[in-house]
Amino acid sequence: MTETAKTILTEHTRSEIDVWLKKYPEDRKQSAVLAALREAQHQNHGYLTTELMDAVAEYLGMSNIAVYEVASFYSMFETQPVGRHSISVCTNISCLLMGSDDIVEHVEKKLGIKTGETTADGKFYIKCEEECLAACCGGPMMMIDHKYYENLTPEKVDEILDGLD
Amino acid sequence: MSDDQITIEVDGKSLKANKGQMLIEITDANDIYVPRFCYHKKLTVAANCRMCLVEVEKAPKPLPACATPVMDGMKVKTRSKLAVNAQKSIMEFLLINHPLDCPICDQGGECELQDLAMGYGGDVSRYQEKKRVVKDKNIGPLIQTDLTRCIHCTRCVRFGEEVAGLREMGATGRGENMEIGTYIEKSVNSEMSGNIIDLCPVGALTSKPFRYSARTWELVEKDGIAPHDSVGSNIHIHIKGDRVKRVAPADNEAINEVWLSDRDRFSYEGIYSEDRLQNPMIKEEGVWKEVDWETALDVVKQKLGSALESHGANQLGVLASPSSTLEELYLLQKIARAVGTNNIDARLRQVDFSDQNSVSQFPWLGTSIADLETLQSALLIGSNVRKEQPIINHRLRKAALKGAAIMMLNPVDYDFNYPVETKTIVAPEKMPMELAAILKALIETTGQSIDEQTKQCIDNIDITDAHRKMADKLANADDAIVLLGNIATAHPHFSLLRSLAGLIAKHSNSKIGYLSEAANSSGVWLSGVLPHRLAGGVESTNVGLNTHAMLQEKLKAYVLMGVEPEMDCWDSRAARTAMNEAELVISLTAYRSDEIEKYADVMLPVSVFAETSGTFINNAGSSQTFAGVVPPVGQARPAWKFLRVLGNLFNLDGFDYESSSDVLDEVMQSIGEIKTNNMDQWQSPTSLEPASNDLQRITEIPMNMIDSICRRAVSLQKTADVSDGAIHINTALAGKNNLTDADNARVEQDENSVTLKVVVDDRVPDDCVLIQAAHIAQIDLGASFGSIRIAKA
Repeated sequence: MTETAKTILTEHTRSEIDVWLKKYPEDRKQSAVLAALREAQHQNHGYLTTELMDAVAEYLGMSNIAVYEVASFYSMFETQPVGRHSISVCTNISCLLMGSDDIVEHVEKKLGIKTGETTADGKFYIKCEEECLAACCGGPMMMIDHKYYENLTPEKVDEILDGLD
Repeated sequence: MSDDQITIEVDGKSLKANKGQMLIEITDANDIYVPRFCYHKKLTVAANCRMCLVEVEKAPKPLPACATPVMDGMKVKTRSKLAVNAQKSIMEFLLINHPLDCPICDQGGECELQDLAMGYGGDVSRYQEKKRVVKDKNIGPLIQTDLTRCIHCTRCVRFGEEVAGLREMGATGRGENMEIGTYIEKSVNSEMSGNIIDLCPVGALTSKPFRYSARTWELVEKDGIAPHDSVGSNIHIHIKGDRVKRVAPADNEAINEVWLSDRDRFSYEGIYSEDRLQNPMIKEEGVWKEVDWETALDVVKQKLGSALESHGANQLGVLASPSSTLEELYLLQKIARAVGTNNIDARLRQVDFSDQNSVSQFPWLGTSIADLETLQSALLIGSNVRKEQPIINHRLRKAALKGAAIMMLNPVDYDFNYPVETKTIVAPEKMPMELAAILKALIETTGQSIDEQTKQCIDNIDITDAHRKMADKLANADDAIVLLGNIATAHPHFSLLRSLAGLIAKHSNSKIGYLSEAANSSGVWLSGVLPHRLAGGVESTNVGLNTHAMLQEKLKAYVLMGVEPEMDCWDSRAARTAMNEAELVISLTAYRSDEIEKYADVMLPVSVFAETSGTFINNAGSSQTFAGVVPPVGQARPAWKFLRVLGNLFNLDGFDYESSSDVLDEVMQSIGEIKTNNMDQWQSPTSLEPASNDLQRITEIPMNMIDSICRRAVSLQKTADVSDGAIHINTALAGKNNLTDADNARVEQDENSVTLKVVVDDRVPDDCVLIQAAHIAQIDLGASFGSIRIAKA
């Protein structure tokens, strides 16, 4: 590892990555790339920058482009600046039947942004729904950051969103 | 029949195959065409385009020929209904997102997709939705991207990983949003990057300098030999009308396989540089005047004749470019010797000639190029082989990836695209000491005896584990080599490096070889463009002056063939001074420059590569003859024709050649057999000088600065591999002198000083100053190596 990765990735981030590195053979450091990117994204409050991805590449001994490939492949990684709370409302079949459209509409109206956008204060980001979040028995549901909120109503959504700092 | 051999049946034909081979290798070898985009014989199998689907009996569905291993008794149909339908379906998918822009696409006419769409594409598209559009990124001056055309074959990605050793292209995004590219805006920096132009089966990656300048079907393809390194890569020269439009590699497994370095690919732009000399010119009372050849020849005869008469032949110096053809070199030395001088040389970037008599016929690579791949161990001394001979580096890389120990002794910590076993980075003057230490370690481990003189010389040297490791790696390998590179050749104690390298090779039972500099460095030795040897390596009875001595002694008259002395010689200042102070300088040059115009009296326009027929002998000793494929620019003529006429004008015998092949016959006769043998009489080192305390200059010649053509190839000049006219010093030395990046520094050598920008560069060892040669800003400094002083300007 050289100095650049050290200065860009915080000590905490590096120690988290190291936990993952221990699980893989010495010469298979790149196996930890998903975990490393996740940590780097946390460090930066929700999204990755080229600088961070380069630092991860350096830390794991990968070529930069190989890290870009991974980061751009997975929808859990944001490669553009987004708000620090990432809201994903599930709109897949079960949630849809339970009224997820109303939830989406409510969130959008409340925050004054459309899906895929970030509020001007950089606090909220409504992520485009990707796939079923596997909480069908609790639909409609949403995930904020890494937490699931189920059986949503507009009132409940207000309460949840107002409770975030 | 060996156990590994099996028989398969393809389209009813019974074919032999080896176990483990892929089906497509067998069909290719037997001239059975299977369409493909992603498969390439030099790259790993990706099997992602699916175009090569074929029917295999007993398989439930079509299988990709590129990823289906052959099995005994396998029955394959490549043209059955199932196979063709599968191929057609794949083509329909590929065309969904491919734009219909063939009329404005540079690949049009040589496009694999276009060709196959003729055979397998439907005439109506069933796809009504929007096509994918990819925003292009600028990836540098050599490669044009139009990635909307990309069909995701990933050849360029695999090339980066597997051949260039520098993964720059990748597939980002997912599903229909997947894009091939660099993700960020960046130049691709591989010295072999141009090969992805050839690999790309569509028009997504095309040549930027060639863009929109011709349609491929207007081009005529001729064979040639690349003129910028000692590899002699085989090339195809593509011509429209009378002009070279582009250069591509020609297959030659023994030399360049299917690859070409960027320098050899894009240097052709230099042929049409604006400063090409169009007509013979003579200087009359300080004013340049265009004349016809007849007048020019008269002037040459008269001026050269009178210089010879008044000062004697010993005051004539003849310098040739080592990129000249064998025929040109041979005629030049024939004339020089006929008029009575042995002051002839083409070893321009060398200064230590003290052991020139003990060199065998020519500095040979020590092995064939292809055999470099199977080495187990190599010690490179003073070489940035990756940039100097990219194709050789590719072979070494293959060896390294197979586990060979590639070791470096260099004055700059160059970056290599493979794992380097050990590297020792020291100031130039410490290099002999390091080699002596390796030798000592070798003697210790092998217990061999050594002559007394050498013993005394290395007795007091301290050796470390690094030396022992290098010695072990060489001694314990079945196939090892010690290679001397361009920096070693330019080293002020080259003969010492050579003898130590020779002894190391001898005592470790390794081969020894030279990574010589130019396309015809071997030809220089074999044709006798040397002060001490005639054609064929015959010792000359009178030994003339070498390049360095010719410049130091400031002769009265010089004849230059393809040389810009202030750019091409070891001591740029001495070269410039000698030229400026000479009474007569006759320059056979393809270009004019302010410098040449200042010192020359006659400029004769000569042909460059592609314009002249001739022969190059590469570092492995292969002689390759090529034809002139385009007429020379303006009134330029091949130098051999001029030299023949000059011979006649001076009434010299034996200048009645009809063609360059007559000349070649004569040279080849005098060379006889090209002896690939480096078993020189190794001189024992006499003493090892202790290192001085002065700052040391190191000089490198960036890959795109090595000769006058490259220096004028505009696209190559936009790459990173050019001289920056700066001094490169490490952080410690910068700190000591209170300098930081981009500061100006006063740089002094002897009594000369210039002001140059500072680049902080930690590849440079302590107390050394790296300067990139062939840059106008540093000409006044002088010698390539030796003491130098720097201070904040």
